[in-house]
Amino acid sequence: MTPNQRLPFDLKQLHHSIDSIHAAFCRQEIGAEELTLEYLSRIRASHHNAFLCVTESQAVELARQADRRLRELGSEVALARYPLLGIPVALKDNLQWEGVETTCASRILQGYVSPFSATVVQKLLDAGAVILGKTNLDEFAMGGSNENSAYGPVLHPTHLDRVPGGSSGGSATAVGVGLCVVALGTDTGGSIRLPASYCGISGFKPSYGRVSRYGLVAFASSLDQVGPMARSMKDCARVHAVLAGVDPKDATTREFKVEPDLKRPIRLGVPHQFFGQGLSPDVSQVVKSAIQKLESLGAEVHEVSFDYSDAVISTYYLLAVSEASSNLSRFDGVRFGRRPLEAENVLDLDSFYKKVRSQFGPEVKRRILFGAFALSSGHYDAYYRKAGEVRELIRANLDQIFEEVDLIVGPVAPTTAYPLGSKTRDPLEMYLNDLYTIPANLAGLPALSLPIGVESQTGLPIGLQLQAQRGQDQLLLDSAIQWEDVFKDQQKEGV
Amino acid sequence: MTSTFSEFEAVIGLEVHVQLATESKIFCGCRSRLETGQTLADVRPNSRVCPVCSGQPGSLPVLNRKAVEFAIQAGLATECQIAERSVFARKNYFYPDLPKGYQISQFDEPLCLKGRIWIEGAHQTSRWVTIERIHMEEDAGKSVHSSDGTQINLNRAGTPLIEVVSAPEMHAPEEAGSYLRELYAIVTAIGVCDGNLQEGNFRCDANVSVRLRGSNQLGTRTEIKNVNSFRYVEKAIAYEIQRQVKLIREGGGVRQETRLYDPDRDATFVLRSKEDAPDYRYFPEPDLPVLQVSPQWREALRAKLPELPRQKRTRYQTHFGLSEYDTGVLTAEKELTEFFEAALLESTHLGLPLADAAKAVTNFLTQEIARRMKEQDGAPMSAHLKPAHLAELVKRTREGALSITGAKQVIGEIWLRGGEVEQVIQSKGLAQVSDIAALIPLVREVLNSCPVQVAEFKSGKEKVIGFLVGQIMKKSGGKANPGMIQQLIRNELGQQQEETKS
Repeated sequence: MTPNQRLPFDLKQLHHSIDSIHAAFCRQEIGAEELTLEYLSRIRASHHNAFLCVTESQAVELARQADRRLRELGSEVALARYPLLGIPVALKDNLQWEGVETTCASRILQGYVSPFSATVVQKLLDAGAVILGKTNLDEFAMGGSNENSAYGPVLHPTHLDRVPGGSSGGSATAVGVGLCVVALGTDTGGSIRLPASYCGISGFKPSYGRVSRYGLVAFASSLDQVGPMARSMKDCARVHAVLAGVDPKDATTREFKVEPDLKRPIRLGVPHQFFGQGLSPDVSQVVKSAIQKLESLGAEVHEVSFDYSDAVISTYYLLAVSEASSNLSRFDGVRFGRRPLEAENVLDLDSFYKKVRSQFGPEVKRRILFGAFALSSGHYDAYYRKAGEVRELIRANLDQIFEEVDLIVGPVAPTTAYPLGSKTRDPLEMYLNDLYTIPANLAGLPALSLPIGVESQTGLPIGLQLQAQRGQDQLLLDSAIQWEDVFKDQQKEGV
Repeated sequence: MTSTFSEFEAVIGLEVHVQLATESKIFCGCRSRLETGQTLADVRPNSRVCPVCSGQPGSLPVLNRKAVEFAIQAGLATECQIAERSVFARKNYFYPDLPKGYQISQFDEPLCLKGRIWIEGAHQTSRWVTIERIHMEEDAGKSVHSSDGTQINLNRAGTPLIEVVSAPEMHAPEEAGSYLRELYAIVTAIGVCDGNLQEGNFRCDANVSVRLRGSNQLGTRTEIKNVNSFRYVEKAIAYEIQRQVKLIREGGGVRQETRLYDPDRDATFVLRSKEDAPDYRYFPEPDLPVLQVSPQWREALRAKLPELPRQKRTRYQTHFGLSEYDTGVLTAEKELTEFFEAALLESTHLGLPLADAAKAVTNFLTQEIARRMKEQDGAPMSAHLKPAHLAELVKRTREGALSITGAKQVIGEIWLRGGEVEQVIQSKGLAQVSDIAALIPLVREVLNSCPVQVAEFKSGKEKVIGFLVGQIMKKSGGKANPGMIQQLIRNELGQQQEETKS
């Protein structure tokens, strides 16, 4: 916000940035409650199935609190103290918020009310954010299209016959159609970046260990990370700044060495393997021209070699499903997990588990079975251990690349958003979609999806993926923020 | 055993779960330890739970540093190598009282490796037994079954444990017993375990197989699970050896299976066969970083270790001339050891010579007090009896003011009802008569009534004096000073005989 930017705040405008809202608060053009009610009414009117639960009363209460703070502290002090004051946000429904239902889009958790709040949720609340509700996802974040939700698929923001991508599809669509300003997503193999790319919004997955996972219902613990999704990378960075940091409740969070600012042109690495077979010509062309654009803006572009693209999918899926099979063991209907009626009168434990766990959807069942198999004593060495070894090779390969370049750049996904139902019959085809996003998870890198353009025929958005070395989250975000306006013109504004 | 099954040899390996005496649980801040005298049953069910130990989705474990320190100390006290790098792993299985559907344990990279424990056996059979490994893990909750169904109490879930795994190197139930008692003595002496057997602080699984003597191959083993009394472990193993020998002799084979011991029937029975054993699908716990133990940390913990039971036994033997048996009893229970040392200190305050006091205090402790503790099956020391009482009793018996029998009565009285030594002696009339004027008439009366024995004594039968002393003690109601009586008898019957003999 600059003082001479005196456009009045338009409540009905589709997208609001954090800055524009805060500027309006300062000018007292609007209050948090009014803003919140506007967003709540949009959610009610929406047919995208983006939200699983709308926390109206909590949201209004939080908005009133924000207005009180603005009034009592004065807007300047209030906004300095509460960096997200009054900002309408949404949570992916695999994040715990005390007192609110957390379903993970699964039948099995229907009715489960969180007894505690995730660290990221607490941090949002502490920063003054107004949480509007919980967004839809693929069941337990397993999927890339949001068609695996037990509560029905989420629709793409603009192309209602298309998928929004997954697994954070509810969050992506919510941001895309202006149902919230920012949404939290989670990313295990691309679940923030893929839907961000499909929906034409910005999505950021931090370095593994940068943001607490405490209160995120685990899919694959060594890969999961929480990140923001918003209309701009600038807003993503604002939210990330609130979320990041070591959490004593998550032993995998850690400090990262802060690198000094670059005193030279930024070096971009382009792995030619990311432009091979399977990549749609349209996406390839848009991504390549974006890279040329960056070069014209002063970036150095280097061709680099990522040698393990053939091994990425199998390595990732072996590790992810193995961890998932264990993480999902707790949904046994004993302490939580819905007990279907027919489970009440069984005589032995095995039948009880069978009835309860039959409630998982087919993709979740498939992954649990694969995972249990990969970890079983006769197969562990051939699968899980081998996958762990390949993961180390991939990590080393990427470390090597980052000795030569600052960022790795390439596509987020091979295609744009595809029609609903078109890939549901072949899980493998769906898995192949994650080829470009998975390496960042395997190596714990920060990575993001930046909207750079649209597919000529369909008008569907295309994202550019940027990845940095572990801990270089700020460099990555700063670079994307610097570039995002350049690409704004190339996208069709609005819906 | 050896004689009964001479052609067979038993091979025994033990896995002991030792509950660590940390205040809080291993992966969260919930209280884990019981107050002294408190039992698990006294704590309201599910009052010690949080999102982490109840396995709420999204909760994460954070390792309790104190638990690691206790585990390292247990490793150091058993001469283990402490791994600079060890890894937590998930052991996956379904059970209602296992909240996460997996137990966080350690698998192929445990914290401690290759230690040993010295076991005392009779007839020069004392020797080292190898400890293969010690790893850390969390305890599960408890299923409470009733006619209404099963209820789950998660108060115990997440309690820190170490599992101490011996090599299959023991060959008799008694050896297993010695190993367990020594391990128990060590972990309680260094304070990493409260040692409450009733509350399951120290639980043992025994792996038992038999083979033909001289064979190098191990026979098929069975595992006896969760026995929490040393005596029962010995009995269970003895039963199991007999059962297996019988099976082999009858031409059948031993089936690999997990068994439980029923003390009421003194028998083991099948819990599950090998085929039913779950595949635990171990893999490294992704929620916890690799556990790094620096040499500095390790050595700082080693420096904090107190004197170990074996060192104490050697010291007691060389400094105080105590027997192997006595020192074994003194160091078996931390409470007893501490009581002994405190009583010795009190004795020196009273100006008693150290070695004499040590012997006398030991006698009280190993006879009167260890017996009382054993009678109540490992019941703790009486709250009434203090080390100062023992020192006082040693002083009085040395002075002749109290007989040993009288002292034991004083102990019994204070043990049950409390009080002070002097007051109990007075109220029970236990003061020993060392007054010659009072004793001489008694001595003469008895000598007169026993002419046969007197004659025998005079003819050189030295031993008869014991009988005569006994008669006089009886007459005095146990209050006479036996040393003095003996002197008086000799005086009465003339010293000549004694001198002639020598």
